Amino acid sequence: MKTVVAVLTVVAAIVGLWYIACVPMNIKGVLDAAERAGEQVEPATARERREASALGLVAQNSFAIDRVWSVDRPRLPAPHQVVVELWQTTVMKKITSKRSLIYHAQVTLSATLLGFAIGTGLGILLAVGIVHSRVMDMSVMPWAIVSQTIPIIALAPMIIVVLYSIGVQGLLPKAIIAAYLSFFPVVVGMVKGLRSPDHMQLDLMKTYFASGNQVFWKLRLPSSMPYLFTSLKIGIAASLVGAIVGELPTGAVAGLGARLLAGSYYGQTVQIWSALFAAAILAALLVALLGLIERVLLGRMGVKA
Amino acid sequence: MNMQMTSQVDSASDAAQAGPVIEARDLNLVFGSGETSVHALKDINLNINKGEFVSFIGPSGCGKTTFLRCVAALETPTGGSLSVNGMTPEQARQSRAYGYVFQAAGLYPWRTIAKNIKLPLEIMGYSKAEQDQRVAEVLELVELAGFGGKFPWQLSGGMQQRASIARALAFDADLLLMDEPFGALDEIVRDHLNEQLLKLWARTNKTIGFVTHSIPEAVYLSTKIVVMSPRPGRIHEVIESTLPRERPLDIRDTPEFIEIAHRVREGLRAGHGHD
Repeated sequence: MKTVVAVLTVVAAIVGLWYIACVPMNIKGVLDAAERAGEQVEPATARERREASALGLVAQNSFAIDRVWSVDRPRLPAPHQVVVELWQTTVMKKITSKRSLIYHAQVTLSATLLGFAIGTGLGILLAVGIVHSRVMDMSVMPWAIVSQTIPIIALAPMIIVVLYSIGVQGLLPKAIIAAYLSFFPVVVGMVKGLRSPDHMQLDLMKTYFASGNQVFWKLRLPSSMPYLFTSLKIGIAASLVGAIVGELPTGAVAGLGARLLAGSYYGQTVQIWSALFAAAILAALLVALLGLIERVLLGRMGVKA
Repeated sequence: MNMQMTSQVDSASDAAQAGPVIEARDLNLVFGSGETSVHALKDINLNINKGEFVSFIGPSGCGKTTFLRCVAALETPTGGSLSVNGMTPEQARQSRAYGYVFQAAGLYPWRTIAKNIKLPLEIMGYSKAEQDQRVAEVLELVELAGFGGKFPWQLSGGMQQRASIARALAFDADLLLMDEPFGALDEIVRDHLNEQLLKLWARTNKTIGFVTHSIPEAVYLSTKIVVMSPRPGRIHEVIESTLPRERPLDIRDTPEFIEIAHRVREGLRAGHGHD
């Protein structure tokens, strides 16, 4: 109960700050509209207002404050505007509609999941290789690290272009960008996990004259599971970012990335924010789902709950 | 005084055994080289016969654990010879000649106690039925019958260590190597486990190599006590116990026990004097 109150207090504080921030952010737009409607605003012309500070305008035109939360194309939409938009584009729209966020989310989700599967598979394979071969450790790991220093926003268009030129388009290029971001945490976590058995446990296997295969399946792999799940949670969030970034340079017509792009073309800030929230909610759901699988699997492995 | 050990077959043990189970001749082990090298074992000569319970005692750095690890082929000596069951330690390891119990139980947290004990059996390719039967046997042997389905964290430290002993007993190895298995346990639990270990030794007739820090533990358990001293790690003295094989806990109050404990203590003190 105490924690619930604490959590709600934090949420309320964030929402409160957001509402407050809307006032200086949107005041100029509100005053411009008011001037056009023939109302008396202070100072009277748009040029003068451009010079003035936002807080000063708020102080001089207190009559307009309540309008900042219901602007049509606000610089910063109020929370309830985003919530209303989210509601109207999810629950109130048919899923097949091009304006349904669920439709767009599902497009992005499929690229995310495919990319996540590719990235995780690749990550685990690389980790197994790195742990078992010194050559791979020294040759692959540096490249894996370097790969993550390149901004994905710079790389994504090139991946799209290169793949398009060899005839690959649609879901796969986005999934590959998603995989590019998600394999890295899996490699790092899995290498750490596969190396987590201590000397004593490895010595014990040695006293049984166990083969490398047996050591892997009976000791290293089970030991790595907690590490793997931590990595998977980071990986799937990264995968979603990758899928969205992959939708930006293609001018894609569907997907959360496309929705963000369209919103920014037409100055539809409410649409941008609701797409951002949809992405955040989707990521949270995916991470929570992985957490659930982790609980069930590790619970079955006898880890104390 | 460095008492050279030759084959002194205990009357109770099998006199027909062809040779000693463990035989070390001028065994040396040097870690590293140059100025930073450490002489972990120096000129070790020791015979351990079938059915003996041999304790290794000495201050840290005396090489008692290192010697046990050499026997287990977890370390490779740099000089001299060492044979286990008439083979090299490496061959002995490959023929799964020994069970090894470490200082920590080291049970896999994701396996139940029964599945933990099955681990070596799975690796060695025992049939499913054989696995189940052996698990039941050894669980009973360490008085953990009924705990097979529990996970390690549900057991106390002493029970976990018993499970790890059961794991080492599950397959057919006549030699049991134990590296301070009860070092992390409290005195009462330790007494109890010592008593159980003696019973188990009597029932299975295994040869046991046992590393310990504790003088009473060494004297209570052993037929032979190897007193070692550090820098370089070497055998200072080998004391044959005159205690009977049947040993109730209160044997520790007899003059005979106290006499042997005194000799071990004197040996340890003299060994330290070489520094």
